[in-house]
Amino acid sequence: MNTRREVTVGIGGAAGDGLDKTGDTIAKTCSRLGLYLNAYNSYQSVIRGGHIWLRVRISEQKIYSHGDHLNVLIALNQDAIERHAREVASGGAIIYNSDKLKVDPVLIGDNVLTAPMPVAELIKPMGKLPAIMQNTVSMGAMLYLLNLEFEMAAEVLADTFKHKGDAVVEQNVNIARAGYDYAKEKFVPLGYEWDFTRVRRPFVTGNECFAIGAVAAGCKFYSAYPMTPASSILHWMANHGAKCGVLVKQCEDELSVVNMAIGAGHAGVRAMCGTSGGGFALMTEAIGMAGMIEAPVVVIAVQRGGPSTGIPTKTEQADLNQVYGASQGDYPRVIIAPTDTTDCYFTAVEAHNLADKYQLPVTIISDLLLSEHPETVEADAFHHDVPIERGEIISEWPDGEKGQFKRYAFTRSGISPRALPGTAGGMYVAATDEHDEEGVVISDVFTAPPVRRKIQEKRMRKMEAVLGELQPPQLEGPADAELTLVGWGSTKGVIHEAITMLAEQGISANHLQIKYLHPFHTKEVSEILGKCKRTICVEVNFTGQFARHLRAETGYSVNDLVLKYDGEPFEPHHIVEEVRAIIEGKPRSTDVSLDEAREIAYHYIRVHLADKVRPANLEQVDGDDERMWLVELAGRESGEKEGELRIGVETGSVYSWEPKKVLSAGAGSD
Amino acid sequence: MAAVIELPISTYESVVDPDWCPGCGDFGVLRALEIAAGKLGIQPKDLMVVSGIGCSSNLPGFIHTYGVHSLHGRAVAVASGIKLANHGLKVVITGGDGDGYGIGIGHFIHAMRRNLDLTYIVMNNQIYGLTTGQASPTTMKEMRTKSTPQGNLESPINPVALALVSGATYVSRGYSGENKHLADLIAGAIEHHGFSLVDVFSPCVTYNKVNTYEFFRKRVYKLEGEDGYDTANGEVALQRSFEWGDRIPIGVFYRDVQPTYDDSEPALHNGPLVQQQMGMSKELFDELMEEFM
Repeated sequence: MNTRREVTVGIGGAAGDGLDKTGDTIAKTCSRLGLYLNAYNSYQSVIRGGHIWLRVRISEQKIYSHGDHLNVLIALNQDAIERHAREVASGGAIIYNSDKLKVDPVLIGDNVLTAPMPVAELIKPMGKLPAIMQNTVSMGAMLYLLNLEFEMAAEVLADTFKHKGDAVVEQNVNIARAGYDYAKEKFVPLGYEWDFTRVRRPFVTGNECFAIGAVAAGCKFYSAYPMTPASSILHWMANHGAKCGVLVKQCEDELSVVNMAIGAGHAGVRAMCGTSGGGFALMTEAIGMAGMIEAPVVVIAVQRGGPSTGIPTKTEQADLNQVYGASQGDYPRVIIAPTDTTDCYFTAVEAHNLADKYQLPVTIISDLLLSEHPETVEADAFHHDVPIERGEIISEWPDGEKGQFKRYAFTRSGISPRALPGTAGGMYVAATDEHDEEGVVISDVFTAPPVRRKIQEKRMRKMEAVLGELQPPQLEGPADAELTLVGWGSTKGVIHEAITMLAEQGISANHLQIKYLHPFHTKEVSEILGKCKRTICVEVNFTGQFARHLRAETGYSVNDLVLKYDGEPFEPHHIVEEVRAIIEGKPRSTDVSLDEAREIAYHYIRVHLADKVRPANLEQVDGDDERMWLVELAGRESGEKEGELRIGVETGSVYSWEPKKVLSAGAGSD
Repeated sequence: MAAVIELPISTYESVVDPDWCPGCGDFGVLRALEIAAGKLGIQPKDLMVVSGIGCSSNLPGFIHTYGVHSLHGRAVAVASGIKLANHGLKVVITGGDGDGYGIGIGHFIHAMRRNLDLTYIVMNNQIYGLTTGQASPTTMKEMRTKSTPQGNLESPINPVALALVSGATYVSRGYSGENKHLADLIAGAIEHHGFSLVDVFSPCVTYNKVNTYEFFRKRVYKLEGEDGYDTANGEVALQRSFEWGDRIPIGVFYRDVQPTYDDSEPALHNGPLVQQQMGMSKELFDELMEEFM
């Protein structure tokens, strides 16, 4: 970070503190100046309260993850200071409202600027204002400290608030300026130098890309039941449906969601639906139906932490088994795991084309990180005139001359031309029971084993053509690298950055990222992996679901796994540290680290001690059953020791909280 | 409105003969549906019959129109998607009491409150037939079935009352032994602009020895024959819906004209979705992208 051409700003506060708006203003300002951004919001499933932690990484160069640094902390409440002040790197700053917050010197590292903002005094000339204005004051100060253009932020604020009138715009700009001017008077800038290209690039999330890509591909029907982290597709579609000619249907449950979408797809409309793991579980039977009646449909499965309701606002890649195993029986289908934000747009297009051409369900498997984190994509990343390939559809069927229309004709390709309902002469029944070429069921009365065999082969034959159409994965990086990191879906960017870091440390690694999970490029992937020296699969789950899938498809077992399942996405350093441990032959440790012990202590304090204390010193000591983290608790107000907590290093169990008797029961008793 | 050209019922004759047990009430329902469609002059290509799973759900295979024989309990959802995608089609859902009032009851209720322009014909035989005689959601209390050998402990669903309180705008009940009357109910239901229910007593001659043709013949009476019965009066309709015993009403309980979901949905104002142009103009694309800058 010595170039000072890249910075990560963290904003911490409670839900309801208006943190999103502030983050958005900062992001748009930087984006319009021509900088690249990648942001991640560690939010929680609460309307108000709870800790929200938004990180925005800003760089002159294209960046591939939200990184693993923190340079500037904008703290909107005391908790944010408690939790994140110590993460601020040397040369960084902590900006906070000094009217109500304070920064304990023990929390900050060397060479970190504390920038207290006397918010009340600064905004006093502007009349009585809501507390949320502390955000804008802090943002103003940040602009100065980071040498960003105030005028651009003013332009963004003007755009954001113009619907509320000139007075509101002026007020916001003035408040930001007050923060900016105050910082200019009191502090020295942090030494950032930027080359503002002012190239305008979209700042988007994966879910937004799915939605717009689908619209570009001609999707006319979107159904959903609210479920984090897929809901933002529903919200975008609901807000833009009328303009884009999309019928958006919120349904009573995911059973209805997927069955409606299949009905719409069957009727000839490009249809899509979205959900997360729990909703997908309800959809599985119908996805098999789409395979059986050969109806096109696109399902977006955005993974969150499981199992069960799990961690709704956290990320994971643990639904591969479910998506792959969806529905009874063997049926043709496609599963695609887009690998970055731009890819989400084109995956939506491709999914609709594959669904239509091959008359089958396509599941796009994403995750919270990919779907919800916003980033700048290249200015020309997307285009409107995407190919729309509808496959074979007949316009009429001369019933009298040719006999009954064979909807499921046993063709060589396996693709049987469709007659959309309403087509003259093409009447047939699409049955979920097994059927013959004409759609006549052979399930109960007229079972016909050879017919069953031939129609099953016909349906499954489509998969050969699908596979031929999909781009095989490619190994990136030096062919003779010592290590190969294998990932799937959203981890592409972070693995890419980890490999760069490993190279800086003298460790040569290359990268294989898999996008098409089914059908699988068995031949190509086997060939690539067969030449690799040592392979490590990187996944955000507990069991290594993709490594298992890879083994099933290729017979190849990766040498090692790097796994993460705490709800937070990988940062490059996580991968680097685990890879280093693997090559150094160290056994994988699941012990509670110092930082984790502090987090466990914070959790305990929040639940049992009403946030009145905070973890101060932590040290490892011997315990009866296992080593312990002995956490000294200090009063938030007093700073005095008020008790201690013991946390198992191995199990993570909180063994005891002992209030220091001298403080809780009165002086002199300890 | 153009004059209706009636079509003979042979128009809808399928190459497949029904596989129902001889004497099954569902034969009468199939015939009544064909009569109704013919009377309304609906071309087979414009009629979409959607079912779930069960004996009665085999019906789409026995009528020469477009059809989807979907999953157990999901017919209403599939039909809703089809209707929203192409509201130029006449969409009729056919199924049984287990399918519609059991596993699929959620979709049934929500389709009614949406007032989608769908016709739902439920062949209500008060038993699970295809799975050989277990209690269904409309099996009478205390009745012995394969799954309730000591007698059914649960009270039956009242589909007519449920439809009335859920927002259906055409609520009727027929009896498959009264074919012409049933055909009129179905024709009225298809013509009705909004969600229409035709609950049909359709006896299972194999597994329900209580609710037989004999049982219904003695009990059913027609609301149309009742002096002063007003199908616009929902409260009276609700009262009648609870009538069960020596006299059981059939006919149209309630009818109302309300805007349908398809009328109110802005995306359908330019015609059926399936006919609308696909893709995105450069202007729209630029406008959408500008929101992210």
